[in-house]
Amino acid sequence: MRINLRQMSDNQAGTIAAIKVAGDLGRRIRDMGMVPGTAIKIQGRAPLYDPVALRIRGATLTLRNNEADYIEVEVDD
Amino acid sequence: MQATVALAGNPNSGKTTLFNELTGARQHVGNYPGVTVEKKEGTYTHRDFLLHVVDLPGTYSLTAYSLEEVVARDYLVNEKPEVVINIVDSSNLERNLYLAVQFLEMGIPVCIALNMIDVAKKRGIEINADKLSKLLGVPVIPTIARTGQGKTELMESAAHIVQARKRYPALKISYGDDVDRAMLTMEEEIATNGFLTDTYPVRWIALKYMEKDEQILNLGRKLNPELSTRLEAMVQKVSNHLLNTLDTYPEAMIADQRYGYINSILKQGVIYQKYDPNRLYSSDKIDKVLTNRFLGPIIMLVVIAGLFHLVFTYSAAPVGWLESFFDWLGHSLYTILPDGLLRSLIVSGIIDGVGGVLGFVPLIMFMFFGIAFLEDSGYLARVAFMLDRVFRIFGLHGSSVMAFIVSGGIAGGCAVPGVMATRTLKSPRERMATLLTVPFMNCGAKLPVFALLIAAFFARYEAAIMFGITLGAWAGALLVAKLLRVTVIKGASTPFVMELPPYRMPTFKGLAIHTWERTWQYVKKAGTVILGFSIILWAMMTFPVLPESNMAEFESRRQSLLDSVPGSVRAELQRAGTGPGLSGAALNFQKQLRQIDYAEAEAGLRHSVAGRIGTALESVSHWAGFDWRTNIALIGGFAAKEVMVSTLGTAYSLGEVDPEESGSLSMTLARDPGWSPLMALGLIVFTMFYAPCFVSVVCISKESGSWKWGAFAIVFNTLLAFGLAVLIFQTGSALGVLLS
Repeated sequence: MRINLRQMSDNQAGTIAAIKVAGDLGRRIRDMGMVPGTAIKIQGRAPLYDPVALRIRGATLTLRNNEADYIEVEVDD
Repeated sequence: MQATVALAGNPNSGKTTLFNELTGARQHVGNYPGVTVEKKEGTYTHRDFLLHVVDLPGTYSLTAYSLEEVVARDYLVNEKPEVVINIVDSSNLERNLYLAVQFLEMGIPVCIALNMIDVAKKRGIEINADKLSKLLGVPVIPTIARTGQGKTELMESAAHIVQARKRYPALKISYGDDVDRAMLTMEEEIATNGFLTDTYPVRWIALKYMEKDEQILNLGRKLNPELSTRLEAMVQKVSNHLLNTLDTYPEAMIADQRYGYINSILKQGVIYQKYDPNRLYSSDKIDKVLTNRFLGPIIMLVVIAGLFHLVFTYSAAPVGWLESFFDWLGHSLYTILPDGLLRSLIVSGIIDGVGGVLGFVPLIMFMFFGIAFLEDSGYLARVAFMLDRVFRIFGLHGSSVMAFIVSGGIAGGCAVPGVMATRTLKSPRERMATLLTVPFMNCGAKLPVFALLIAAFFARYEAAIMFGITLGAWAGALLVAKLLRVTVIKGASTPFVMELPPYRMPTFKGLAIHTWERTWQYVKKAGTVILGFSIILWAMMTFPVLPESNMAEFESRRQSLLDSVPGSVRAELQRAGTGPGLSGAALNFQKQLRQIDYAEAEAGLRHSVAGRIGTALESVSHWAGFDWRTNIALIGGFAAKEVMVSTLGTAYSLGEVDPEESGSLSMTLARDPGWSPLMALGLIVFTMFYAPCFVSVVCISKESGSWKWGAFAIVFNTLLAFGLAVLIFQTGSALGVLLS
């Protein structure tokens, strides 16, 4: 099932399907290791539920919910 | 053999640790030309070679996303270091190689340090360095920067690259048929026109055009607008095609292919992972607690408050020693030197001024040590993560935290690097709001002022007051930021994508070097700017001297007092001097004489340039309870906040003649009837918020690109501070609190 990253729940895993943003944000997202085909897992959220922290390629990245909106993820069942 | 080696790598790859391990104390910190990014350089000697090591800013990529990336790139292109040592985090190989691939694309001689190989092993990751080396075509040396393991091999292999003088052809990765084909045409155009080729490799220019790299595009448009337009059109064509067929962008395609290339290499038996790379390690388990919804913020407050407590507790003794030392020095010189302007200059101008500032060095050292610990351990990144949502409310960015903390968000920073740290912020509006509000933080220079006032009036509540001051500074800065973001700097917010590095125990060496650098910067400032300013201030407070007629009047008062005392007392004084065991009459006489001296000095100071300015301002400042001495000190504080301490010191020691009484300044203030805890509190708040020091104003103007903003900071902040101080003083006076 394909959902966007914001909708994923804590500890849910999946594979990035698409990143629907160009420009600075898109570049930054890719430079940090998020490209289609990469496995990710939601690690948790900040005390105010935003930003979100996720595991990717063995590292932990954080991004805001409104940035997560551009990332589509094929979630594991 | 001599050569220049550049250290490059992702943030948190252990780059700085390796740099410290290589250069030890043989390093110095400066800036890259024209910009404010810190440049660390040092030397490494081994056998017959001497390597000049440059620590490039930590970056994830070589795009033009942040100033750090541009600086690193420009350095590589313009300075052409003989070899780049790329430090990669072995436990995070795939992501770290993304930068390595970009060095290879530039055709730069690279040597890879497979750092933290021990951490990788612990995580069940095994890496075949030889295989990786063979596939990438560059040396790959496993290292552990913390222990120095592998550094000799690393430097030998770097030296070997220099000696071999081999040409490294730029790595050619296929970025997919469409992009590749367009790039070939672009490369031909670029090569035949010699377009930017003096500085950059041909294929790299085409690549950057494909990536829509702003810096290169701007250079190209300036150099050859016609060709640049043609190249951009070619990129646009591919771009449209990719969007229609694959629903993607050329830059995205390029990034995908780079990761694909890395993957294909790693899959050829380079890496063996025992576990799922995204499994949670102890660091992540710690995060479950430290960034927990409820515990996280509580722990954060406890950590920050605890830091204060430790810093103040442990620095109290050394601060005391230094204070007594300068008291002793001033006193000794006072007795040795003959009365006159020279003694006044040395004791009141130089020793009191500089000593007052140097006395706080231990405090600053402890504070920086604490901050460095939080930063190096990885905790500060969590603070940014937890606070981003809050910062966004005020129109700022989670990364603003760093600028605020550097400026003294945890008291003891400096607004100058803080203002500079805002360069990592990409959005001009958030950056502007941050750089205009960071001076409200309690920088290291304000600490001596606070410490002085706290010691004089709130000694029992030291930690509590400091904590309150910190929270107050944050509240003020955030509210003002919000105010600015809805008025003078309106607009939407920008990306927040960052890494939470694993928690690591900082190395003592790293902390010590960091602490030393910061402390040394502070001491240098004390030794140069402040020494100069102390002398100027001393002159302002000494000249013009009282007119002859006034001095004669004081002299005659002294004479008449002397005439009025009985001969027995005069004889006793001549016999015993000023020592103890004097009769009551003699002591009383001395006290009266001192009062005359004091009055004369005060009259002299009021008569001086500074006194006239301070007195003129009294008509306004009395609303906040500030007298002319405080006004002079606040004027001095514009040069650097800590000058307030030295100015008050000079002001009071000029008014206080008897060297037996030259106790510490805080005791003098506490005894002075013109001061009250309420006024001290108002002054603390005024000091927090009023005009940033001159250096900060210059930086703000430079960073914002306009003197208008520098002037804004001076006027706006001072009005705000004065409003708050008046509010505190008037309300407190009306309620009758804290008056004695």
